Amino acid sequence: MIYEVFRQERKGQPLQHAGTVEAPDERFAEIYAREQYGRRQESVSLWLVPREAVSEIAEFPDEFEMKYRRVDGYSIKARLREARERAGTLEAAPGAGDTE
Amino acid sequence: MSERTDLLIAIADDELFLGWRNSEWTGIAPFLEEDVAFSSIAQNEIGHARALYELAAAELGTTADELAFDRTPDEYRCAPLVQLRRLEWARTIARHWLYETADEIRLAALKASDDPDIAGIAAKMDREEAYHRMHAEMWVDRLLSTEEGRARLDEALDELWPYALGVLDDELRPELRRRAEERLGRELPDAEPVSRGAHEAELAGLWEEMTMVRRSAPAGTQW
Repeated sequence: MIYEVFRQERKGQPLQHAGTVEAPDERFAEIYAREQYGRRQESVSLWLVPREAVSEIAEFPDEFEMKYRRVDGYSIKARLREARERAGTLEAAPGAGDTE
Repeated sequence: MSERTDLLIAIADDELFLGWRNSEWTGIAPFLEEDVAFSSIAQNEIGHARALYELAAAELGTTADELAFDRTPDEYRCAPLVQLRRLEWARTIARHWLYETADEIRLAALKASDDPDIAGIAAKMDREEAYHRMHAEMWVDRLLSTEEGRARLDEALDELWPYALGVLDDELRPELRRRAEERLGRELPDAEPVSRGAHEAELAGLWEEMTMVRRSAPAGTQW
């Protein structure tokens, strides 16, 4: 059995994926995860999740390239530049030399 | 040497030798995760040895390193159980379980000591040994779950039982027998304990290896 191990470095922080352990059952997995991800005091909490309990989503079709829905699909720099040119404040603005 | 330093050194020697013996599996344990875990447990035992040597060294005006590595093989006080070289997994697990169970009984007695340093170090060790015990218990269950595993474990227990008794003083031995027979679901041999002070033939070989690097360097070398 493969267990996915999530590790919390300090209280209040999110648990982040640390790696895996392979073990015949949960009891072995707990011992192995403790030694592999906790023996150096590098974790305050570990979560163990059997790999088959994880639902994966890995396909995100975007057939029509709807760029406007992406966070990076909407460039504001060019628009700012145009607006500054119109206002005559282009030289004074920070990042005025940027080309985009 | 006082009775107190004798006690500390005897337990430190147990932990050092067991840690060393268990570390002989590093790189060749049955599978990778076990390799990492068992090596880590071995390191932990050696850490306990260091803490105990330090406590004794403070009283004797020496250092933990000198106590650990600068004695002659005859001067070590570890129980013969931890001297044995048994690079076979069922025997390793049998020894691991027998030692941890005996150690739990010994630590319980030490935690009640009038000496605050000894009671304190025993409590600290016990909190870490709890995880060694979990590991040992899990493997015992695993071996007991199949006929072959049970047979291999039984054979190892028959061999190692007299040595396990030797880890403890007389008065604590009946408790070890009671716990072991109850847990393992079998009677253990009525054998003469192989007590502390005896030296197995394998001790010399381990001592050679363990002290080799230190002996190769001039006295006073700073590491």
